[in-house]
Amino acid sequence: MSQVLRALFAPGFFASDPVHAALVVGAVVALVTGVVGVFTVIRGQAFAGHALGEVGSAGGSAAFLGGANPLWGFMGIAIVAAGLIELLGLHRPRARDVATGLVLGAGLGLAALFLYLDATSSSTTGVTVTILFGSLFAVSQQMLPSIVALSAVSLLVLAVCYRMLLLSSLSPDLAAARGVPVRAIGIAYLVIMAVAVSLAAETIGAILATALVVGPPATALRLTKRPGGALVVAGLIGVVAVWLGIVLAYDSYYWPPAGHGWPVSFFVVALVFLFYLVAGAVARIVQARRRRHSEAAPRLAASGCAEHPGDAA
Amino acid sequence: MSGPTLDESADDAILDVDGVSVWLSGREVLHDVRFRIMPGEFTGLIGSNGAGKTTLFRVILGLQAASTGSVLVGGRPLTRRNPIIGYVPQKIFLDPDMPLRARDVVALGLDGHRLGVPLGWGRRRKAVDAMLDAVDARRLADARVGSLSGGEQQRVLIAHALISRPRLLLLDEPLANLDIGAEGEVVALLARIAREQRIAVFISAHDVNPLLPVMDRLVYMAAGNTASGTTAEVIRPEVLSALYGQHVDVLRVHGRILVVAGAEGPSGVTFEETDGAAVGPDIVALR
Repeated sequence: MSQVLRALFAPGFFASDPVHAALVVGAVVALVTGVVGVFTVIRGQAFAGHALGEVGSAGGSAAFLGGANPLWGFMGIAIVAAGLIELLGLHRPRARDVATGLVLGAGLGLAALFLYLDATSSSTTGVTVTILFGSLFAVSQQMLPSIVALSAVSLLVLAVCYRMLLLSSLSPDLAAARGVPVRAIGIAYLVIMAVAVSLAAETIGAILATALVVGPPATALRLTKRPGGALVVAGLIGVVAVWLGIVLAYDSYYWPPAGHGWPVSFFVVALVFLFYLVAGAVARIVQARRRRHSEAAPRLAASGCAEHPGDAA
Repeated sequence: MSGPTLDESADDAILDVDGVSVWLSGREVLHDVRFRIMPGEFTGLIGSNGAGKTTLFRVILGLQAASTGSVLVGGRPLTRRNPIIGYVPQKIFLDPDMPLRARDVVALGLDGHRLGVPLGWGRRRKAVDAMLDAVDARRLADARVGSLSGGEQQRVLIAHALISRPRLLLLDEPLANLDIGAEGEVVALLARIAREQRIAVFISAHDVNPLLPVMDRLVYMAAGNTASGTTAEVIRPEVLSALYGQHVDVLRVHGRILVVAGAEGPSGVTFEETDGAAVGPDIVALR
């Protein structure tokens, strides 16, 4: 057992301060993005989520120019972009996609400019890599209180809107007829999503942020059919992916080329994708077993429905 | 069109639509619509796609303002979120991975418009189970809604609408996309609900026939115009021809009704014109 642990955790893992910080920040962010991301997936807003992350790179690079932490840049521009998408997007899905694409293009244009200026002013390309692909080990300890506070606020707003969000995700018509302010709820959700995406961008980079927002929730939806369960499972899957990613990245310091650790973001994204595939296989096996089971025990369940015994599906 | 017996009890009407017109982007979508629905009555809203059925529902639900006229629900003017009205929207397209079980959808009918997270699990669960029993869908309780058939989804959505104890149930094309068996089951369920719980059922459909056995009255819609009354009063060539603005014939075949338009005049209608032999050459020409 201890040998397995020794093989998994390279020497010095638990003594390293950057590792501690990365574990805490990574867990908080993964939890929030997982929970928030469930609604991104069921509302069909994965593209908007992806766009908000990439557009954030313009804000992150601008913040670097001004000497601020990239998180504030990511978030500022993601919220503005979310507002623009909502404003331009009308209510038809196709118009919404077009609006998202336009905002994405404009944001990336700005990112091209700011990243160029960043690189020339600091005479290094490291900042470009950090903004676009993240560096969990480099997240400043001073950002921890802000990250925790933003996460808490996001989860709180989500809890307050929870039932209205579920109902309007089921059917906007139905929600509107019940007096749910569908548009306002949609905007509130976009803002929460912008914050979650920005947190993800701060940890695994602007371009990879979607992986954390969409991956764990999509995986959770394959494993559970309860709304509350999906939120919990998505959060946990995100945390496991990030923690395992941190462990592997730390280990990779001893892999070739020796002395250069592989990026954490690579491991996190690879694990998220792997979990998604495994969950699909698990869901298929469970389904097949259940089908065989129900064929063996024919229609006992239908006895609960005395009036229509014949129409059991 | 309303008879004297109706006027006497007008104050008790659960829905009173009086002279409603709606203009949308320069076009009159509804023109002077007027009819009444009494408690426990089963009323059909019949018309083809684009006749204005969904617009009329949106007006009754308070989602679309009427340009003229008034609507009283339970004797009171319209408000948004009227607890007297239960609503089943047109077919909802759900992905199979939507993390909602049938019981979750029904529970959202109880408190889906509220802020915060749900509390009081036991009481909610009991109410949801009872409602699923009422629509014969208890065995679907723990299935994902996205994996249910069209008819099963309709039952769950009807339970969702009924759990808040409405007195008027609006259903927008609930029979569209259902096979004939499921169609009959849903209609029978709705008729039973109207009769046993004295809930007025107002159901839109493009075909009058599935509703014929259970319908008390109907509102027929064509090009934004409406006629209302019993089936015998409304489904007549004179009434429907005036409604459509062109000659229309009504054919009755084995207790079913066919409404056929397009002939020149009342005397010009012959069955030869519409049978296979006459239209055959056109079909061949299309190939």
